[in-house]
Amino acid sequence: MAEFRLPKNSRIKKGKTFPAPDGAERTKNFRIYRWSPDDGENPRIDQYTIDLDQCGPMVLDAIIKIKNEIDPTLTFRRSCREGICGSCAFNIDGTNTLACTKGIDEIKGDVKIYPLPHMPVIKDLVPDLTHFYAQYASIRPWIRTQSPAPPDKERLQSREDREKIDGLYECILCACCSTSCPSYWWNGDRYLGPAILLQAYRWLADTRDEAAGERLDELEDPFKLYRCHTIMNCAKTCPKGLNPAKAIGEIKKMMLERRSI
Amino acid sequence: MSQYRNPLHRAHHYGAAGSGVEHWWSQRVSAIVLIPLVIWLVWAFSILAGSDYSTASNWLAKPWNAGMAILFIAAAFYHGRLGLQVVVEDYVHHRPTALALQLLILISALAAGLTAILAILMVAFGV
Repeated sequence: MAEFRLPKNSRIKKGKTFPAPDGAERTKNFRIYRWSPDDGENPRIDQYTIDLDQCGPMVLDAIIKIKNEIDPTLTFRRSCREGICGSCAFNIDGTNTLACTKGIDEIKGDVKIYPLPHMPVIKDLVPDLTHFYAQYASIRPWIRTQSPAPPDKERLQSREDREKIDGLYECILCACCSTSCPSYWWNGDRYLGPAILLQAYRWLADTRDEAAGERLDELEDPFKLYRCHTIMNCAKTCPKGLNPAKAIGEIKKMMLERRSI
Repeated sequence: MSQYRNPLHRAHHYGAAGSGVEHWWSQRVSAIVLIPLVIWLVWAFSILAGSDYSTASNWLAKPWNAGMAILFIAAAFYHGRLGLQVVVEDYVHHRPTALALQLLILISALAAGLTAILAILMVAFGV
């Protein structure tokens, strides 16, 4: 059945409080989910009060500051700090987004940071994305062709054809959309989820690819594709402003088009 | 142990079933068909409101009205069954329970739908 309450060992308790440094004038509370696999304790929410005058503008700046200056045990993924690697995806202020592109001033009140929803947690803000990546690998996300590549040049594409993958190629696989999708929460073991389906459509829409039929065959499944009930959380949460729900709709249209309906 | 299995094994599972389009399309078509039928039903109730049993049954016995009523019943139960099927697929993950519920939904929809259609036919034929 769908889970409406967290299991006993996942229920969140009150954690530690780290007050603002002396003399801080502009402060902000960061309430961050903490869990360690090593101590057998339940997850807790630690509160850190930051001096905003001594901190960069983005949420990622604040959590790096916390790790560097207040609590080195805080664990999270981050890399590029400019919204292109997709590592620092968390649930911030109730919405999945990238900490590096979310301004602290966009958030009213305390900044609440949790790991991406409904994924197994490895530690603190680090979710286990193994299955998500395996699902990505399962769609074989690379060009599949029968005809050999031209010996002297690349496979060319007209400007108009290239535009067909605009709004698709920008996806950085941060998993914000998939982990915001209730269908992915309840059936993520079989449903591919918005991120992977947008990637699947990225190859279906690529005019250089020659395996559209094969790709559609691999997606034609009540669970892999048709768990999408156009809830639209994916499009709402995408930190890159993409629309996975539309891409899924396009795949569904292709499925119909190749039939006699 | 499952920890030694390659994650791709789990992601591929049994592969694509090769279906799903029909269900998705049927659900949409039956939804569209139901729009005029529901409007017709509301209109029917509005003109029959307050009338006695014999007026109502005489009205329903007319071929056009009986036909529309049968069409409404068929579309509504078909659409309802498709929708409830998805609810069970989405939320019930205990396999035996899910199977039992799917059969219950199918049989109930068939039984209730056929009974309703039979009742309309009996009115139409004056049985």
